[in-house]
Amino acid sequence: MAEATYLEAIRQGLFEEMERDPSVFCMGEDIGAYGGAFKVTEGLLDRFGAERVIDTPISETGFVGAAAGAAHMGMRPVCEMQFIDFVSCAYSILTNYVATARYRAMLPCPMVVRGPSGGYVRGGPFHSQNPEAAFLHTPGLKIVYPATASDAKGLLKSAIRDDDCVLFFEHKYLYRRIKETLPEGDVVVPIGKARLAREGRDLSIITYAATVWKALEAAEQLEREDGLSVEVLDLRSLLPMDDDAIVATVKKTNRVLVVHEDTVTGGIAGEITARINELAFEWLDAPVRRVAAHDVPLPYAPPLEDFVLPQTLDIVRAARWLAAY
Amino acid sequence: MAVTSTLASDPAVRADLSRDQLLDLYYWMRLTRLLEERLVNLYRQTKVVGGLFRSLGQEACAVGSAYALRPEDVLSPLIRNLGSMLVKGATPLEVLRQYMAKGDSPTRGRELNIHFGDVTERNFIGQISHLGDMVPVMAGVTLTFKMRKQPRVGLVYVGDGATSTGAFHEGINFAAVQRCPLVVVVENNRYAYSTPTSKQCAAERLADKAAGYGIPGLRADGNDVVAVYEVTRDAVARARRGDGVTLVELMTYRRKGHAEHDNQSYVPAGEIDRWARDNDPIDRYVARLTGAAGVDPGELEAIDARVRAEVDDATDVAEKSPPPEPRDCLVGIYADPPEAPALWYREGIRSAVDRHERPASWGTHDG
Ligand SMILES: Cc1ncc(C[n+]2csc(CCOP(=O)(O)OP(=O)(O)O)c2C)c(N)n1
Ligand SMILES: [Mg+2]
Repeated sequence: MAEATYLEAIRQGLFEEMERDPSVFCMGEDIGAYGGAFKVTEGLLDRFGAERVIDTPISETGFVGAAAGAAHMGMRPVCEMQFIDFVSCAYSILTNYVATARYRAMLPCPMVVRGPSGGYVRGGPFHSQNPEAAFLHTPGLKIVYPATASDAKGLLKSAIRDDDCVLFFEHKYLYRRIKETLPEGDVVVPIGKARLAREGRDLSIITYAATVWKALEAAEQLEREDGLSVEVLDLRSLLPMDDDAIVATVKKTNRVLVVHEDTVTGGIAGEITARINELAFEWLDAPVRRVAAHDVPLPYAPPLEDFVLPQTLDIVRAARWLAAY
Repeated sequence: MAVTSTLASDPAVRADLSRDQLLDLYYWMRLTRLLEERLVNLYRQTKVVGGLFRSLGQEACAVGSAYALRPEDVLSPLIRNLGSMLVKGATPLEVLRQYMAKGDSPTRGRELNIHFGDVTERNFIGQISHLGDMVPVMAGVTLTFKMRKQPRVGLVYVGDGATSTGAFHEGINFAAVQRCPLVVVVENNRYAYSTPTSKQCAAERLADKAAGYGIPGLRADGNDVVAVYEVTRDAVARARRGDGVTLVELMTYRRKGHAEHDNQSYVPAGEIDRWARDNDPIDRYVARLTGAAGVDPGELEAIDARVRAEVDDATDVAEKSPPPEPRDCLVGIYADPPEAPALWYREGIRSAVDRHERPASWGTHDG
């Protein structure tokens, strides 16, 4: 089988799910003839027609809300945010209406909201965001953020088949930069399960999305230069979170570095750290540390963005400190 | 300033623009176009950081409308309104530095392209990407003028696409209810990225949305700079009189892609060429100036030369500007404290935390 990029993997996932289930349909801005701002939905219109690949007005609340209504009626809508930064425009309907629908009114909301997320692309403050933490605090939503092409495809399938609303974050830096040979057949990656991206003994890096690749780079450098054996755990799912996998890696290496691209204050690393503290404190030989973005709106000039976002060297330094603790 | 008899004899040129002002309009449109062409060159040399957005074919909308404002009036531009910003006093040097992410750009490398403003002197506000949001912001700006009884007016632009946002609706409705001195200019360039206006709104005319807010909705030829000026002038006068909000729909056409990377494959064949050939706002204006208005073509060539020299000079300076200093981006998030926060979670790993003494005993403390 040919290799597929992260982006192509998502597209394949959409195609296969739309083929499989006629209740799956897509909505979003410029997703039809144009194929989406990043071309994720290219070819969908030709294959499935304008009834199932709907170009919407610029109305995020409008079509996310419409997705909820269609989902109540048995459809499985997939909404594309042109950039995930615009999901904030649908924040109220997602957190107030969608997230509570099942709990308060026994209304099923099987829908997916997906879109290009993340930085390292000189996109500035409104085309680089990582808003996952803003939704982590909302029971009723699920959140996934894959780092590999096969996870992107397998998790998208799970998200579409899930009976609740899944926010599916795609990292735009990874779209065309990584590729792999995808497994044959209808392979589904379960929501809520982490993936061990690299095995190690001395220290664990817990991360997700683009920083998985930075963590792997750092792990190689640490092995080469320091003889350290670093484990990298890719969470993939942020809500629900794979506590078992987190505890297992803590018990194994006893030193943990949590890395993410989102800003440090209120970021998901804080939640992970708290869980480790509660579930595996006795196994720690050092305080859990975080490497995350500085607490500023993401600036666009290359030297500024590079400074604000976590880089491989930041991870290496923090890991060395932890190893020496 | 007196109006020359030749100009007054052009029935299309209305009497309240002097000859100098008419040439001014030409200057601003030419400057907008040439500056964007320069940015294209820089983009191709990979000196522009990020995307490049053009207003080719829409210069009359931006320039003619902003020209109807006074210096104390506040303008809220969008991505197609480079021309409006220049009229309001933004300089080519600022724009070039901004697009090249320089340290001495107006946002010091924090924001991109023409996302910058100046509300202390020149009175234009830096936009954000989220479409529609500037409409409620301008409702508040103009509400303040009303509360303080200042004879000032606000002008906010939205695209045809942005009229579909909730923010647009909420903002214009609030401003209308409060009779704020606000002009809302809908620049209908027939596309929102790839989406034609017919898929954006089922109404035939976006100006008709005004009826739903109980305000007048006007429509004008957006590629006729004088018509744009006039319709905006009337709406501005209405606002200044205290008669509230006007929605102005300017009919125009986006000849370039959404941004430089967009190949416009979704545009019907021949459409762009037709607009370029028959309805270029600068060509049309030149024909009018040199025709009925009797302006000597040499005069326009002199303006072109001036514009070119200005853009050349600005480019030379901008290219020499330094990149921003990384640590500069940490300050200014809040008014107080103005200094950079401690980076304990990253650098602290080596400094702040290491300075903390480890307790002699673990667990229980003495005393
Ligand atoms: C709330 C929101 N959703 C989506 C986008 C992405 N986006 C940026 S520009 C654009 C099209 C804008 O079209 P229009 O309002 O007609 O302005 P034009 O570009 O034609 O001037 C879209 C969808 C955005 N910036 N904001
Ligand atoms: Mg438009």
